[in-house]
Amino acid sequence: MTELPLIGEAPADASGARRLAGARIGVVTFPGTLDDRDAARAVRLAGGTAVELWHADTELGDVDAVVIPGGFSYGDYLRAGAIARFAPLMTKIIDAANSDAKLPVLGICNGFQILTESHLLPGSMIKNDHLKFMCRDQVLRVENSNTAWTLDYEAGQEITIPLKNQDGQYIADDKTLDALEAEGRVVFRYVGFNPNGSRRDIAGISNAAGNVVGLMPHPEHAVEVGFGPESLDGIGGSDTDGLGFFTSVLNKIVGGAK
Amino acid sequence: MPRIVVDVMPKPEILDPQGKAIVGALPRLGFTSFSSVRQGKRFELTVDGEVTEEILAQARDAAETLLSNPVIEDVVNVEVVEA
Repeated sequence: MTELPLIGEAPADASGARRLAGARIGVVTFPGTLDDRDAARAVRLAGGTAVELWHADTELGDVDAVVIPGGFSYGDYLRAGAIARFAPLMTKIIDAANSDAKLPVLGICNGFQILTESHLLPGSMIKNDHLKFMCRDQVLRVENSNTAWTLDYEAGQEITIPLKNQDGQYIADDKTLDALEAEGRVVFRYVGFNPNGSRRDIAGISNAAGNVVGLMPHPEHAVEVGFGPESLDGIGGSDTDGLGFFTSVLNKIVGGAK
Repeated sequence: MPRIVVDVMPKPEILDPQGKAIVGALPRLGFTSFSSVRQGKRFELTVDGEVTEEILAQARDAAETLLSNPVIEDVVNVEVVEA
C-alpha cells in the first residue's frame, strides 16, 4: 500500500512530510472488512505510511499504531465483532494496547464492536433502536481532545462525518456509564440527533490510558475535499473533519519517543 | 450422537429491539394474547461419543467466552440432549 493517493496532496512542508511518512499505521483486514482501503488511504492522506495487516497474522510487525476498520467481519455472525476478536492478530493487538508501550488503536464501526468484544473498551453494541440500517452525515462533539486519536481537535469542537450501521446502539450499565463520564472517557457524543438509541448519546469512548479509542461513525470517509459530508447536503463540517484522527496519531508518534 | 444445548438470552434490563418488533407483528396476525417477546439464541454442540463432565465444563466455558457476551447476554441453560 505504498501507491500515492489518486486525489489529494501530500503535506506541503517537505521535511515534515518525511517525518510523518516514517510513522507506520497498520490497518487490519478480516474476512468481511469493507473499509480497510479507505482507512489506509486516510493514513496516507494524513501523511503517514499505511501497513496492511491480515487477521491471521501471528505477529504485529513494526507498526506504531493500528486501525481496525469497519465492515462486517465474519458476516456479523454470532454477534458483531465476536469472532474477529479471537483472530490470531487480535491477541497481539490486545497485548500491545495493554502493554507499557500503549500502542494506539482506533476501532471504527465494526472495529469498535471488535474492541468491546475484546474487552479493550467497556460496554457493547446492540441493534439500532429503530431496527434499520442507517447511513447519514452525523454531527459529533469531541468531548475529549487528549486521546491519541483526538489531539488535533479542540474539546467541544463539532465535526461532521458519515455514519453507517445496523448494530450501533451503545449500551453499558449505569455504573460503567457514570465511570466513563467521570473519567472523561466519553470521547464523542452525537449532536442534534441520536441515530441509534445509544446511551447518553455516546458515539465513541476510550480506555483509561487514552490510547484505545472506538467510535461508530467513520472518520476515514471524511478526509478529502469534494468527497466528504459537506458536498452531499451541506449540514456542516469541512469535508475533511475526519482527517484529524489520523494527523493526531501521526503527530503523537513522530513527536513522541519514536 | 449426543448434543449439548446452550441457550442464550438478552439480559432482562437490555432492551431487545428484535423482540419488540416481533411483539408488534403478532397482533397483526390475530395473536393477541402476548404482551412481550424476547428473542434469544440456541446453540447445539454435537459431541462424538459420551458427554463427560469435562466436556460439559468445556461447553459451559465456551458458552461464557464465545457464545455469549456477558455485557448484554445471559447463558440461561446448558444441557445434554441425547439424539
